[in-house]
Amino acid sequence: MAGMTYTMTDTTKLSTAECYGLALCELGKEHQDVVALTADLAKSTKIGMFGNEFPDRFFNVGIAEQNLFGVAAGLAKNGFVPFASTFSIFVAARSLDQIHTDICYQNVPVKIIGTHAGTSFGQAGSTHHSLIDMACMRTLPHMSVICPCDGAETYNAVKAAYDIPGPVYIRINRGFDQVIYKSPAENHFEFGKATVMNEGNDITVIACGSCVFEAMQAARMAKTDAGVNVRVLNMHTIKPIDEEAILKAARETKNIITVEDHEVMGGLGSAVAEVVARAGVACNFKMLGHVDAFSTIGLQEDLLAIAGIDANGIEKNIGEMLKINLDPDSAWEDEY
Amino acid sequence: MPANYSAFDKAEWLRLEKKADELRRLTLQTSIWGGSGHLGGSLSCMDAMTILYHRFMNYDPKNPNLETRDRFILSKGHCAVGYAPVLCDAGFFPVDELKIFNLTGAKVGMHLDCNKVKGADCSTGSLGHGLSLAVGFALAGRLKNQDYMCYCLTGDGELNEGSNWEAAMSAAQFKLSNIVVLADNNKCMIDGRVDDEMKVEPLDEKFEAFGFETIRVDGHNMKELNDAIEKAIDNHKNGGTKPYAIIMDTFKGAGVDFMQDNYLWHYGSLDDAKSKSAYESLDRYYKERCARAEREG
Repeated sequence: MAGMTYTMTDTTKLSTAECYGLALCELGKEHQDVVALTADLAKSTKIGMFGNEFPDRFFNVGIAEQNLFGVAAGLAKNGFVPFASTFSIFVAARSLDQIHTDICYQNVPVKIIGTHAGTSFGQAGSTHHSLIDMACMRTLPHMSVICPCDGAETYNAVKAAYDIPGPVYIRINRGFDQVIYKSPAENHFEFGKATVMNEGNDITVIACGSCVFEAMQAARMAKTDAGVNVRVLNMHTIKPIDEEAILKAARETKNIITVEDHEVMGGLGSAVAEVVARAGVACNFKMLGHVDAFSTIGLQEDLLAIAGIDANGIEKNIGEMLKINLDPDSAWEDEY
Repeated sequence: MPANYSAFDKAEWLRLEKKADELRRLTLQTSIWGGSGHLGGSLSCMDAMTILYHRFMNYDPKNPNLETRDRFILSKGHCAVGYAPVLCDAGFFPVDELKIFNLTGAKVGMHLDCNKVKGADCSTGSLGHGLSLAVGFALAGRLKNQDYMCYCLTGDGELNEGSNWEAAMSAAQFKLSNIVVLADNNKCMIDGRVDDEMKVEPLDEKFEAFGFETIRVDGHNMKELNDAIEKAIDNHKNGGTKPYAIIMDTFKGAGVDFMQDNYLWHYGSLDDAKSKSAYESLDRYYKERCARAEREG
């Protein structure tokens, strides 16, 4: 199958959530004020790894997400740094009032790690896909929003979250992400600073999360197929967004495509568009992602392809924007 | 630990009645300064707030963030027009702040912002949040070996919110005997009587089923309130493993005859004539309350 690059059964590497669990355990060792909470998803989100190591500092509130974030806020008001985890969609949709008022309004340092983001829980369908979380979290005052590209970056982002003031939301995928960095040491995560994954001046693809790997693939393909030099920015921090990197890209490449496994309204695409529009910098602009529609059931790699945010879809859009024929996947339409 | 408190004798009862009367008046005055306020629900829980802040709770207005202080969570956060006067009177901020209550740019308004209002332990307003916060406060106390109490004041209408019951389950599951829920059972909500809109009774049986020790009291009887809160504190001190819920039967707008037990006085404003009438009503109410203390104390 075109674009089939996922190895969901690859157990030789750590899943992204396991990288989170490891980072959290290390934070637990380093800082006595770190506590962890979940709502009956200790195993699924891997926050249970902390619970096994620090049972006295771990609280499972049962299937009760509103209470999860209220209790976390209460602990944070009293000097603790709680890490709270459930599925991303429940963070955004089920508990938004608690996150709005108890966490953000009070401006307390609750670190929320939402797992199963985007369409990464593919076969669970739209009830468990999270296509609105970045839009919701991004508009909350005091909240920082991070969408790491793989396990190693997740590890570094979680470690960094402890020191980022106030509330932080990190969205990570279910299962295994494509490995971009072989270890956390190779990844130089800097909060609020986009990482240039590929240099280029013809066009810029700005991506986050699992779409960073797809964008890097697309850049390689476009270079091979038509000699296009694609700049790829890993915009792991959605808020505060790296305005400098965005405007530099707009001025130097005149073409920007954003890619996210999320609704384009309110997500990465919107965030980038706001920066470009505010600065009055003219450039071609396209937002790839899910567009005002619920996702369907399927393997995540298929869902990315259907949404046009896999490597082939991104390359096709690069071609359209630059008005060159770059649609190597056209022969594979019957695959899905 | 809760402040050491003296025996609840007649003098103590009368002292608390005097303070509650002052605070009811300051609440009316604050609503007049601000132009309006949630008077009905503030007056129904004023006796509970008075006895907590003036008999049981350990706090220091000069050090509002004292780690060992007892916590108070006004889960029915709209009753700030009653709660802000309690904090002001206790010395957390000057009365000038109340004089601009709800006015543009004021720190103190309809729902308190704990980052602006000294003495407010948390920001509330959206209903059904307080008990979850209390669970977090109580767990923090346990983790830090700080033996403070967490008093969470909820409304009966507010208990329609499902999140309260998520929180109640967890308070029992985590054996948080340092939590005391005070349910202001004034039987009114915005659109009507709680029984007509969305019944929450029997509240004592509900909390008991959720793993609480429960007691039902007349929420306008200082003696009954005192005995119930003492029991709740003793439960915690003596190694109890359950949180405590005190169901306080109260009247919305208690003390002001034209407001009392009238759900339409959830929120309102007083013109000159109504203000005069309200203050006269409070005079009568205070006399009745003192007479009862003299008789039964």
